[in-house]
Amino acid sequence: MIRVVLIDDEPLARQLVREYLSAVAEVQVVAECNDGYEGLKAIAAHSPDLVFLDVQMPKISGFEMLELLDTPPPVIFTTAFDEYALKAFEASAVDYLLKPFSKDRFMKAFDKWRQQGSTLRGAAAPQLSPPEEAQRIVVKKGQNIVIVPVAEVHYLEAYDDYVKIHTHEGFFLKKKTMGHYERVLPAQQFVRVHRSYLLNISQLTRIEPAAKDNHLALLKSGVRLPLSESGFARLRAALGM
Amino acid sequence: MKVAVLQRTKYITLVYTAWWMAWAVPQAYAIYKSGYTWADALTDAAITQGTLATFAYILNRSWQYYRPSPANSAYIVIGSFMVAAVSVVVQKELLAVFIHTAGYLEFIDRTLIFRTLFSGLVMALVVMAGALWMYWRDQQQNVQQKLEAEQLFKQAELSTLRLQLQPHFLFNSLNSISALVGSQPDKARQMIEQLSDFLRGSLRGEGQSLNTFRDELQHLQLYLDIEKVRFGHRLQVTINCPPDCEGLLIPSLLLQPIMENAIKHGLYNTTGAVELTVNAQKVAHELKVSVQNPFDPSAPLRSGTGFGLSSIQRRLYLLYSRNDLLLTQQAENTFITTVKIPQA
Repeated sequence: MIRVVLIDDEPLARQLVREYLSAVAEVQVVAECNDGYEGLKAIAAHSPDLVFLDVQMPKISGFEMLELLDTPPPVIFTTAFDEYALKAFEASAVDYLLKPFSKDRFMKAFDKWRQQGSTLRGAAAPQLSPPEEAQRIVVKKGQNIVIVPVAEVHYLEAYDDYVKIHTHEGFFLKKKTMGHYERVLPAQQFVRVHRSYLLNISQLTRIEPAAKDNHLALLKSGVRLPLSESGFARLRAALGM
Repeated sequence: MKVAVLQRTKYITLVYTAWWMAWAVPQAYAIYKSGYTWADALTDAAITQGTLATFAYILNRSWQYYRPSPANSAYIVIGSFMVAAVSVVVQKELLAVFIHTAGYLEFIDRTLIFRTLFSGLVMALVVMAGALWMYWRDQQQNVQQKLEAEQLFKQAELSTLRLQLQPHFLFNSLNSISALVGSQPDKARQMIEQLSDFLRGSLRGEGQSLNTFRDELQHLQLYLDIEKVRFGHRLQVTINCPPDCEGLLIPSLLLQPIMENAIKHGLYNTTGAVELTVNAQKVAHELKVSVQNPFDPSAPLRSGTGFGLSSIQRRLYLLYSRNDLLLTQQAENTFITTVKIPQA
């Protein structure tokens, strides 16, 4: 039995996928979801073999939803118009279907999953980089999903295999690398001031000298971050000093 | 085009002839009064003015290659006097050839300074007029070009703005039709018709910039009907339009992106049922339309959501040269977009 979850905010779009799937006897649609939140629940509850996922949906996008899963299931994207995003995700998805798609095209994607789907399980997560990430970061805190606007991030801190995202509400953990955020976040706003710290420069109030040639950055929140030598140079350049 | 140029050349020739005749006649009369025959006087006047006309013509033609700015018009005057001096030398040589009356050469020599000054003055006047005319023509061309460029730019910009709004809606609608074909062919056919009418309306909008509010509402209704098929019972729309607003004018396809924006925030960004309200009102000489949609203040704006509204702002500015025609208000869970359309 192949267990499938459909996630799309348009009922007719789900109906179409269901209809195409009805030709395959061993498929069972275990859940239909209207948005990413429902999708997360359904994936957790059913751990499906394959997910058909729309990109543009209310609240959180299909990309952001995937990012919140520790071991994302194999995914076939179904979307109307998202060329840029699709390019970025081509590598990590089983396939993508541009709406409207024919049954032949649909079955091709399905067969592709049959051939290589099992090897793709879990491989999707690390390469993902939602295009929204330059504006907002979606994190999970307990059972809740929190959407953090990038402007509200004070600084990022390296923490083993994770990154701590510090905000006025405390910090969130995200299984990513500092290098990833340094690449994705707007460079004029976030400066790598230290091997372990990526600073939102709008949070900076003062740069203080510390012992022998070292400097500290004082943030509005009162937190002091150490600046490495090259980090201090980068900060000076970003501030136009 | 060629005819116009020919007529203008004819016209210029006429002006030139009249101008030199106006100078030749008093000159001939003055010489006659000084005691010379009419024949000598007329010959002298013809030669003098003919030479001057020829030189002036050459000088004016040369503006095509060198154009002094109005600031250094002093050069024009100095240049004119220099050319006039040369022309007087030529005049004298020609007069010696054509007039053999005794003592006439001495008469020329006696009046040489007067002739030079006179020639210089006339030359300067003509050349000035020529330069001014060229300058004026350039200005005229500039204005024309600027106007055309602006118009082209507007057209191009407007059609791109419109195109940018369509694809997502279009492909999703086609996908819905594809789904309906299997289960409800009649509904599929109905949606194809609605979509066709809607697209026809969008194309018609390319041609004319203003439309009646009534027609725009009809077009909007088509759009909403299609969205209702896509999202089903989740979408509710109320339109309040008093009769005195129906005939008022509004830029075509202006409301649709506002509605699209309202739907994007209301429908795409919340998960429950959504009610949108459109209110129209005639205030003084303006049509005021506001669109109200619920929104979730806790959901941070997605990138690109500002596009719909900024394009409307741009369009209104291009059409009315005013920046205060688009207004947005945000109160708790509702978002209100208001546009004011000045009525001519």
